[in-house]
Amino acid sequence: MSSRSMPFRGSFTSREQVSVYEFSWLATILIPLVAIFIQAFLPTKIRWLPIIDLPMMVVIFFAVARRNPISGCVTGAIIGLMQDVLGGPAHPIGMYGITDTIIGYMASSLGVKIDIENPGSRFLIIYGFFVIHQGLYYGVGHGLLRQSLQWSWSHVAISALANAVVGVLVFNLLDRFKQR
Amino acid sequence: MDTILGRYKNLIVLAAILFAQIIALAMQVRRPTAEGETRLIRVWATAAVTPFEEAIVHTQKWAHDKWNGYIYLRHVDQENQQLRAEIDRMKLEQARLNEDATMARRIQTLLAFKEQYVESTVAAQVIGTSGSEQSRVLYIDKGSSDGIKADMAVITPTGIVGKIVQVFPGSSQVLPINDQLSGVGAALKALRLQGILKGASNGTTTLQYIMSDEPVKTGEEVITSGGDRIFPKGLPIGTVASVEPGKDLFLNIRVIPSARLDRLEEVLVVTKIQEKLPDTTDLGPIRASDILSERLPGVPVTQTVDAAGNAAGSATSTANPAQPNVPAGSAPAKPGATTSPNPANPAVGTVKPGAAAVSNATKPASAQPTKPASKPQPATPPRTGENPR
Repeated sequence: MSSRSMPFRGSFTSREQVSVYEFSWLATILIPLVAIFIQAFLPTKIRWLPIIDLPMMVVIFFAVARRNPISGCVTGAIIGLMQDVLGGPAHPIGMYGITDTIIGYMASSLGVKIDIENPGSRFLIIYGFFVIHQGLYYGVGHGLLRQSLQWSWSHVAISALANAVVGVLVFNLLDRFKQR
Repeated sequence: MDTILGRYKNLIVLAAILFAQIIALAMQVRRPTAEGETRLIRVWATAAVTPFEEAIVHTQKWAHDKWNGYIYLRHVDQENQQLRAEIDRMKLEQARLNEDATMARRIQTLLAFKEQYVESTVAAQVIGTSGSEQSRVLYIDKGSSDGIKADMAVITPTGIVGKIVQVFPGSSQVLPINDQLSGVGAALKALRLQGILKGASNGTTTLQYIMSDEPVKTGEEVITSGGDRIFPKGLPIGTVASVEPGKDLFLNIRVIPSARLDRLEEVLVVTKIQEKLPDTTDLGPIRASDILSERLPGVPVTQTVDAAGNAAGSATSTANPAQPNVPAGSAPAKPGATTSPNPANPAVGTVKPGAAAVSNATKPASAQPTKPASKPQPATPPRTGENPR
């Protein structure tokens, strides 16, 4: 892994320069695949696991680490589409693709401005992006496809909390793949 | 121009990727059953993921079997004794149920009811899910190479699970009954009311199209009605959890599935359903008198005590030779085993119910083993149009 500094005048972080990370091609391929595999396999053993969205966390992680909007939305699109193909007939290919593309773009754009190296900011970012993710998914499903999806603020809030807690741990784990 | 492209490069890329995906989405919605690239990409993805899932599941099962079968044998002897006692109890229960089933099959034959039998099944293991809250599909480790086809029913011993929606060479996709796209022909077991069981995006199941003036109670069993031509009739679905007034004139009945849809490990795929009349070959010939007597009310057994003090049922104890409450000491009542007063007309298995009833109504008394000492039953013809159940 290599890291380089990117000067950015509009950064909200106290540091004048934010680090831009890169990952090995092996990590770039394997991390999303493992996340999708766990997401598809473990719910057969752990019934509450579908509320955790590991692929979305990986999208956010790569986006904020690379801090490149194009890279972020391409990564989001690829991971989202991979997640889509495992869905059923109620889940046309592209629903997660669209939402993760937007999340990847937004996360990388935000990553340029905000330092997300500490657990507190990571918690807030994951919490916020999960709510946005659910809203986008609902918008695509209900608005574009006319699906009878149900929206529950309490469910989204609790799911976002669970994702934020798990996400902080996952981000710490994935930090090891940053080649500093 | 270069400046504008460079300035909005990120947004242009984002818009292009989103546009491509929205177009792809629109194409799928327009042709939901088309087998094009969408189908191919699903096949590739499934082929890439399912081998790993299968390997983990099978390794886990192997280790579990070895541990429980050879190492961890604590309390096995005690459990064996309990199971043997349970088998003895169930044998008695089975004998009683056999009698009831025999009678039911005769009546079904008379009314030309066709039954759906689950003739063959394939056991499969659940190896994965969609990983999404919105789509509740499951993946099993049996596919087209195992004879699995689309629209086959997937069940467990405790209740139905769903149906096959997509089949791959080594795996299949199951749409469970709590998915928002699922719909199952269902009926309330006690009230015999039919409706449609539908899933929702939050994973609940509701029985729809039951009129609001019906006295549906919580705890009532819900079974398959067979109307969807996928699930055989009479399989357990679940129990009514709550009943509330719904839209229009219908009730909103929430049903808790009998099968643990969130903890499925092994399921059965119904690969063949046979529709046939009940088999009555082992029941012996059915006499017209038996048919009639089954429809007439029985006379209560009158106990008589002889000089030795032995209690015995009166010879006139039954007006129904097919009933099991025969006099003590006599042979068990088997309709075909007794002598027919009219040997030329022993069986009516191929006779229509109405014809059988009319032809036998003329001589019910001659069909009785002995005439009752008390006032005999009036020889009223049975109502042939009535469902005996």
